[in-house]
Amino acid sequence: MIEFILNNKPIKTDQPTGSLLLDFVRYEQSLMGTKIGCREGDCGACTVLMGELIDGQMNYRQVTSCLTPLGNAQRKHVVTIEGLNMKSLSPVQQFMVDESGSQCGFCTTGFVVSLTQFCLANSIPSYNDAIASIDGNICRCTGYKPIERAAKHITESLSDKDHNETLNWLIAQQFIPSYFNQIQDKLDALPKGDNDSQNGTVVGGGTDLYVQKHDQLIDQNVDLITNMPNLNFIKIDNGICKVGAGTTATDLMESDIFISAFPRLKAHLKLVASSPIRNTATLGGNFVNASPVGDFTVFFLALNAKIKLTKNSDSRSIYLNDFYKGYKDLDKSSDEILSTISFKLPTQDSHYNFEKVSKRIYLDIASVNTAIQLTVSKNKITESHISAGGVGPIPIYLRKTCDFLLNKALLPETVQSAHKILQSEIIPISDVRGSADYKRLLLRQLFYAHFITLFPDQFSLDSFK
Amino acid sequence: MKNIDSKGHVTGKSIYLDDIPIIQGTQFGVVFDSPVAHGTITSVDYTKALATPGVIRIITHEDIPGQNQIGGIISDEQLFASTEVHFVGQPIALIIAESDQIAFKARKLIELEIAKKDVIVNPREAQQIDQLIVPPRTFKLGDTENSWGNCVHIFEGQADSNGQEHLYIETQGAYAIPMENGHIRISSSTQGPTVVQRITARVLGVGMHKIEVDVVRIGGGFGGKEDQATPWAVMAALGVSILNLPVKVVLSRLDDMRMTGKRHPYSSDYKIGFSKDLKIIAYETTFYQNAGAAADLSPAVMERTLFHGTNSYFIPNVKMTAYSCKTNLPPNTAFRGFGGPQGMFVIESALSHAAKELGIPTHELQKINLLKNGNEFPYGQIADGVELNSIWHEMESKFDIGSIEKEIDEFNSNHTDVKKGFSLMPVTFGISFTKTPMNQARALVHIYTDGSVGVSTGAVEMGQGVNTKMLQIAACIFSIDPKQVKLESTNTTRVANTSPSAASSTADLNGKALQKACNALLERLKSCAADHLKVSSTDVTLKDGMVYTNENKTDLTWHQLVMMAFLKRICLTENGHYATPTIHFDMTKEKGHPFAYHVYGLALMQVTLDCVRGTYEFDAVKIVHDFGKTMNPSVDFGQIEGGLIQGMGWMTMEDLRYNNQGQLLSNTLSTYKIPDIYSVPKTVTIEPLETNGSDLAILKSKAVGEPPLMYGIGAYFAIDNAIKSFNPNFTSTFDAPFTHEKVLMGLHGSLDFE
Repeated sequence: MIEFILNNKPIKTDQPTGSLLLDFVRYEQSLMGTKIGCREGDCGACTVLMGELIDGQMNYRQVTSCLTPLGNAQRKHVVTIEGLNMKSLSPVQQFMVDESGSQCGFCTTGFVVSLTQFCLANSIPSYNDAIASIDGNICRCTGYKPIERAAKHITESLSDKDHNETLNWLIAQQFIPSYFNQIQDKLDALPKGDNDSQNGTVVGGGTDLYVQKHDQLIDQNVDLITNMPNLNFIKIDNGICKVGAGTTATDLMESDIFISAFPRLKAHLKLVASSPIRNTATLGGNFVNASPVGDFTVFFLALNAKIKLTKNSDSRSIYLNDFYKGYKDLDKSSDEILSTISFKLPTQDSHYNFEKVSKRIYLDIASVNTAIQLTVSKNKITESHISAGGVGPIPIYLRKTCDFLLNKALLPETVQSAHKILQSEIIPISDVRGSADYKRLLLRQLFYAHFITLFPDQFSLDSFK
Repeated sequence: MKNIDSKGHVTGKSIYLDDIPIIQGTQFGVVFDSPVAHGTITSVDYTKALATPGVIRIITHEDIPGQNQIGGIISDEQLFASTEVHFVGQPIALIIAESDQIAFKARKLIELEIAKKDVIVNPREAQQIDQLIVPPRTFKLGDTENSWGNCVHIFEGQADSNGQEHLYIETQGAYAIPMENGHIRISSSTQGPTVVQRITARVLGVGMHKIEVDVVRIGGGFGGKEDQATPWAVMAALGVSILNLPVKVVLSRLDDMRMTGKRHPYSSDYKIGFSKDLKIIAYETTFYQNAGAAADLSPAVMERTLFHGTNSYFIPNVKMTAYSCKTNLPPNTAFRGFGGPQGMFVIESALSHAAKELGIPTHELQKINLLKNGNEFPYGQIADGVELNSIWHEMESKFDIGSIEKEIDEFNSNHTDVKKGFSLMPVTFGISFTKTPMNQARALVHIYTDGSVGVSTGAVEMGQGVNTKMLQIAACIFSIDPKQVKLESTNTTRVANTSPSAASSTADLNGKALQKACNALLERLKSCAADHLKVSSTDVTLKDGMVYTNENKTDLTWHQLVMMAFLKRICLTENGHYATPTIHFDMTKEKGHPFAYHVYGLALMQVTLDCVRGTYEFDAVKIVHDFGKTMNPSVDFGQIEGGLIQGMGWMTMEDLRYNNQGQLLSNTLSTYKIPDIYSVPKTVTIEPLETNGSDLAILKSKAVGEPPLMYGIGAYFAIDNAIKSFNPNFTSTFDAPFTHEKVLMGLHGSLDFE
């Protein structure tokens, strides 16, 4: 039995936990404002809010309901456009009207829901965050400029927001209906969900699984990572950072530990998917999915990360690099669950960078991605880890290139020689994301980009001529 | 006035096809299509699919009571393939089940065997073996053959532009319900309700009067729902006629992308010659249009390519030939611009090519050759009301092209890893359906006895704001509060024999028809008021809901006048009919006056390239546009911004890919990318040019739907320009779109790797 609050209505349903939130709101609840655009999380027309009680405060994130297993709504507050409507338009709605932010209107509710999430965020509002909130919403009519203008006005209208009293302030200013301040009590009153294994497919955020296996999943009771205890944490233990496999991309992006360890974290993770996808996609899911261009896999390979695989009370640890045996072939038995990722925190001398190029810069799958971690002491490379995706059947840890760089001087000649070795470690194929020739050239450029970005005083494109 | 639908849109209360409440007994249809691009069906076994619990029926060509034929211009396309399949995604059957999930599952159980035949995906290959949709057409002006000798500079080359997926966010769909006496009512997400009605009647073998098609609005069309909304509606209606139950067919995104045609890819050759002072003397081009496997609208699209092949330039000697080549791709179809953009891309490529060889900026060549009043278009129409020179002048004075160029040069000499580029893109676009008989429309107006007004037209609202414009017209003529006017759904029983909402002319045609209807009603009401007030009806005016005589307000209100007219048994309903005057075209001579008027504009586009990664960002787009006298700035500016970005998407990231077996590789939103909010230019500035408009434009407010898409072509040439400043040896390939891949290869060349 799944219990949650849908807008202002308590829901108790015995639909399969693997069925989709989108179908539930549209076809079981007849809330037709949530639209179906693609059913793969790439358009945002089905965006809804998921509110959760965290440390005594409601925390709302936008998700694509087309990829959200209904079971993940357990004990949450799900808000559709209908749940945002009041007698008069909210400022978000009014600014969208005033700026003609809607033409055919099919994508519009998704934008309104996402922009409302921006208003609900317990942080200081900025225009960049307003735009980031709609980075998963696609509009084919307006060219976005009017929506940008609406976002600007919305940001300005939040300038007096009381961040300690976000909900009450928003209710008073009629951004959201007044029932929002009763949700916390209603959620508290719901019975704590059971976590019994359903012996179904294990699903993390589902953001890739539902694209690939939609038909198999929607009828089953799946095992949801988000309902498993102790899989969502980020902590430091003796200089080792440990991350639960159920941690979402957004959790990482907002983690103080990660922000201080990776100064460019936000820019890096902005290249990964979109806000609604990052809100649900889990680290473990990305690893197990075994995509040859998995962004997080590439990110963590360059941290020389280890993973812990758990089976009942047994567990074993292996290097992430050894997890991938071949295309979509993992060193993991079907009853093992990837539970924890751990890596040594970067030191003062170490430098980290992540690069990704795709057909569209944001909200796209990489043509090629790569990450590097270099430790440099007195202009000598003392440790190096480099990874690359999209250039072979698995995400590759470029071992020979790393070995070559070890104990070399940090000079353009070193990088150029290393690049020759790098090319011998990859076997890209031509596909819809680019020709093999392009991927080789692109990886060279991104390899150079690591050095240009990390050591701008020492490297530029001219260094490699 | 803001779009009248926007309040419904932001609250989620607007109703689209899939939001229509389901009637009891409704069944759901899923299309079973060919996995092979060309071949003969040797066997198909539905046994297992039919045995799936919940599957009601599988409908094939054998179940069609009328003609198995949905072709529009040419009868060359079956609704369901009978023996031959010609493209991947060609419908073979409709699985009808209690839910679409069941139907999807059953679809996997159908056993199909096809004897494969050779597949052609390249239009030039098709042309080589004379595989054409229609005979080629040639537009000629002057004499190119004898002009080359007079040219000082001659350049030849090839220019290709790829297709484009419409990606309306609402996929194709229809919902048909049985009425009494064998009548069927279809709700369809279509731009062409009459097309749906006509083809459904043909396939069902019944009169058009038995089929009612209703459209409230559609969630984006862009041409993709002009002809290609039809099959799904016909299938749903066919299901109704067989089962006597409501049937709904809504395509999943994957099915939609695989089964429907796109903007036509074109491959073209050009030859251009200049005088010593850089006037274009002669231009020859051959267009190879990739039509796909059936005609659809391809002959008309091809024709518009010829109409716009010289874009905004006067060329005294022109010869343009176009081939509509039959390949094994889904039939390509209308898409905003309708062949015009493809034609313009070629001449812009030719000019860019010439400019590089001549060592001058492209915009100098463009400016020298701009079209002027009195010039003859290659199709015989004499240019009139041309605004290009004043637009160019406006651009220079408002934005200072020279200083932008200088800033870019300075930036480029100071930066090694980042380069900037820019382009100018003039646009001249003809307004009218090029098939003259389609330039007609009707509007039906009811004034109810309480003074409120209901308006029906043939226009389909798809976000372009046509209903808002219609409402403005009615409210303005009656001088009443817009709240008293309602725009009804587009319905074939109220307004019949309509042209699709297309060719940028929906507001002109339907608006003029609506003006006629409203004016006729107004005259009747005025004369009724004149009788009552004992004045001449020419002295009567209506203003803000009140009757005036000789500018003096009377006590008579709009509402009272309407009731008075009703009691006097004066007809409060009127049907207006409009047909565009002056236009004609003779296809045997390829000459005439096909367009009511032209729309003009110019875009300046600035881009910054990341030469390390081969990515780019557009810094600014500045547009000077000839709106005439815009009747709704917020709607019209929205069309400019939206059209621009859609055109830029076509030229940059939208990378439509089929393999050589005719299978769509870019078949999802994760492999086919359209612009997101981060990929649009940082600033878009629109400078409206005050012009007189045209009497043939509604309220002198010129059509605005398609022209701005072609500003997007400038994106290609801005990138091209930036690459040249990084890599002087770069040879332009004129092969759109300019993907990140092509940019990086253009910057650095292929890697020597063994």
